[in-house]
Amino acid sequence: MDLFLSLIQLLDSSLRLATPLVLAALAGLYCERAGIVDIGLEGKMLGAAFAAATTAYLTGSVWAGLVAGIAASVVLALLHGFACITHRGNQVVSGVAINTLVMGLTPVLGHAWFREGGQTPALSNGTPFAGVQLPYVPVDRDAAMALIVQQDPDLRTLRQLTNRLEAGDADLAARIDALLVAPTPVISWIMAGLQGFANGTVDFVTATRFTPIELPLAETLAPVPILGPVYGELISGHNILVYAAVALVPLTAWVLYRTRFGLRLRAVGENPAAVDTAGISVARMRYQAVIVTGILCGIAGAYLSTAHNAAFVRDMTAGKGYLALAALIFAKWRPVPVLLTCLLFGFLEAMEARLQGVSVPLIGEVPVQLIQAMPYILTVVLLAGFIGRAVAPKASGIPYVKER
Amino acid sequence: MSIDAEPVPGTAAGGTGGASAPPAIALIGIDKRFGTVHANRDVSVDIARGTVHGIVGENGAGKSTLMSILYGFYQADRGEIRVNGQPCRIGRPEDALAAGIGMVHQHFMLVDPFTVLENVLLGREGGARLSGGLADARATLERLAREHALEVDLDTPVGALPVGLQQRVEILKALYRGAEILILDEPTGVLTPQEADHLFHILRSLRDQGRTIVLITHKLREIMAITDAVTVMRRGAVVATVPTAETDRDALAELMVGRKVLLRVDKTPAKPGPVLLDVAGLSVADGRGAARVKEVSFQVRRGEILAIAGVSGNGQSELMAAIAGIRHPTAGRLAIAGRPIARTADAHDTRRLGIAHVPEDRQREGLVTSFEANECAILGYHDDPAYNGPVLMHHRAIVADCVAKMQDYDVRPCNAHLPGGNFSGGNQQKLIVAREIERDPDLLIVGQPTRGVDIGAIEFIHQRLIALRDRGKAILLVSVELDEVMSLADRILVMFDGRIVGEIAAADADERTLGLMMAGIAPEAPPPGRPPAPLAKSA
Repeated sequence: MDLFLSLIQLLDSSLRLATPLVLAALAGLYCERAGIVDIGLEGKMLGAAFAAATTAYLTGSVWAGLVAGIAASVVLALLHGFACITHRGNQVVSGVAINTLVMGLTPVLGHAWFREGGQTPALSNGTPFAGVQLPYVPVDRDAAMALIVQQDPDLRTLRQLTNRLEAGDADLAARIDALLVAPTPVISWIMAGLQGFANGTVDFVTATRFTPIELPLAETLAPVPILGPVYGELISGHNILVYAAVALVPLTAWVLYRTRFGLRLRAVGENPAAVDTAGISVARMRYQAVIVTGILCGIAGAYLSTAHNAAFVRDMTAGKGYLALAALIFAKWRPVPVLLTCLLFGFLEAMEARLQGVSVPLIGEVPVQLIQAMPYILTVVLLAGFIGRAVAPKASGIPYVKER
Repeated sequence: MSIDAEPVPGTAAGGTGGASAPPAIALIGIDKRFGTVHANRDVSVDIARGTVHGIVGENGAGKSTLMSILYGFYQADRGEIRVNGQPCRIGRPEDALAAGIGMVHQHFMLVDPFTVLENVLLGREGGARLSGGLADARATLERLAREHALEVDLDTPVGALPVGLQQRVEILKALYRGAEILILDEPTGVLTPQEADHLFHILRSLRDQGRTIVLITHKLREIMAITDAVTVMRRGAVVATVPTAETDRDALAELMVGRKVLLRVDKTPAKPGPVLLDVAGLSVADGRGAARVKEVSFQVRRGEILAIAGVSGNGQSELMAAIAGIRHPTAGRLAIAGRPIARTADAHDTRRLGIAHVPEDRQREGLVTSFEANECAILGYHDDPAYNGPVLMHHRAIVADCVAKMQDYDVRPCNAHLPGGNFSGGNQQKLIVAREIERDPDLLIVGQPTRGVDIGAIEFIHQRLIALRDRGKAILLVSVELDEVMSLADRILVMFDGRIVGEIAAADADERTLGLMMAGIAPEAPPPGRPPAPLAKSA
């Protein structure tokens, strides 16, 4: 049972480590399927991680951080698009330039603004905003009294309020009763949710980092063998971005194979001339793809600095963008294999942490460096030997020029 | 999808065009320049509704540019386009599609991994989700396929279809978009004569329904076979527009070139000498390891031209590559003048054995387009002591040598410092032919010597090849142009699916027999001294 639990924990951390890879690899999938090679996934993630952490720290809202991360990443993606689509530049050069730019710019800005050696300050799990009272939210008597104290400048403490009630202040009693009204369950439920959002009593809203969400029934199922730990430890208890990343996989598959956008996206990566003659703008399709890439890379970056970690650290992507590209090739540019490959890579990274200092039978203690290199070694070996030929979208990396 | 530009009267009424009806397309004073190249000079053409209208001209005469302007791929510098009498601004392919103009491009505009259905749907999806559009398209396509003998399996990936069927997909695409006017750019280049006949049958059926067909080609036979009227273009300008019934091939050829040309090569009967090249049981695989040439045996004699005919992609390219030493055979023997050629011989070794090679794809294999003409003219022979010193190359000798060849072979412009890519196709080919013939090889392998080459240059190249033969050299010609094969060769072998289907003397060959052989059907009587062609195995 101990072994089972540690396996569950291993898989659990695999999932967390795989999340940025899944997001970045899906990001790469959109633009490479459209014929734009993107070495710059790494740079976009890093830029987004910095923007997200900085904004979350300054505004106190992790959601503002996420938006800022996405915005930063989309700006970089548009820069890539401008170089590669509008000006038909070399896509690899443009991607490398973006990586280099971001790698240098983030520590410089971080140091200038925060004086913590290029990092951003640590993000807390959150302080709620000042209270807002929405109508129709059911409250108990104590909460109602607390609210009135908070809102009424004449009242300083709860004691003052109770004193005035005891003195027979009918007006005050009526105000408290008004707050207690709860007309219909559904409206109350919705308004309570909104209020929680606004007030920060739902913690993932106002925290400056994304915090785990306990799924319903996790407690109830805990005693059930196998299912309990699997549900409680592995499935439940991740932050919202992990679930978003997993949900994006079937969504991407649906978009790619079942929608007009997907059909055109795949066509523009295979034969842009066919798309052009069908009366569709190649440049517009490719810009759309690049923007989607920017959004997904932005989420991946925000995940790194505001969900997986609690601050931006220089070079915190540590090659994840390149690993995501490897996963994309490995998965032959298909969404579901992308998820599986990223989970494999995540698993290897999780193993790395667990195997350090552990003595393996027959071999003895495995050097840390070797374990750290494992995902990369495996990538090379698997890419070279096991998956056979990965056929890239035919027009990938080639700027579209109308031939004369 | 509504027609957003000009209204297209009559498309719904389906009038077949009386004498008073405006032409389906009127091009008025179209002028277009690309930098210094004047691609179209004040071109005016009327194309009557419900007819098949041919546009002929040599390569670079401006046919394709004109059609690209009509299809909205380029913008004319000057001029006006009228569709059914209405002025129409065609700025993008969408505008052309909206005006009822569809195009079947020479290089198919298809997405290989997509199914036929998906290819047709692209650009006309009928909603953000595909499911509805797919069902509608399937019904429409099945109806169109029945009406015009355009059957093709809708769920096969297009890349897996033979080219003839890919072309049908292109036609279906245009019809699905409601094209009333269909432009076909060199549609028969990749087809067997039988497939071409089927295409013509389809085109006639479309015309009889009131659609207008514009056929761009350089093959006069097709113009005579199917068109109602023909426009001849030369150097960007219209030379003449005549009803097809009132002209013939010789007259058209003269209009195209601007002088009298010999369509039939003048040659004396061959005087075959001893066997020079002996190919026995040769098998060759392509880059992916698939067998492309399967146990092929034949001999080429001195003083004869042996042609290998066949639809492209049936192993001819790999066969040539194996003999030229570019690709190593997987089995079989090769011998030249009785001496075996090692299986590992490379192109350098075969050149030393007296084999010269004019490759099929002159842009990629024949020359380096960014190299100057003088450098292109020594490719493969660059280590000849005449060109190559101990340290430096003899630049002056190389240039002088190149200029001499250019004068001898009438390469224009005669500038040895112009990059190879800046010459026209015909002049590139003349330079390559000069390079290979002037080494005085015993065996010359020639692939598609006149593909994309103007009529004047074709005549010239053919004469040089005949002259080489008459000097007692052997020539192995690989060509998909039946006219060329029949007029140039002394003997003809036909390849299908990596095997030789049969052999026929050029004097006995006609298009029908060759066409059947190209489709893998052996002639009734196998040539004497040879086993019957392996038919069943290749099917």
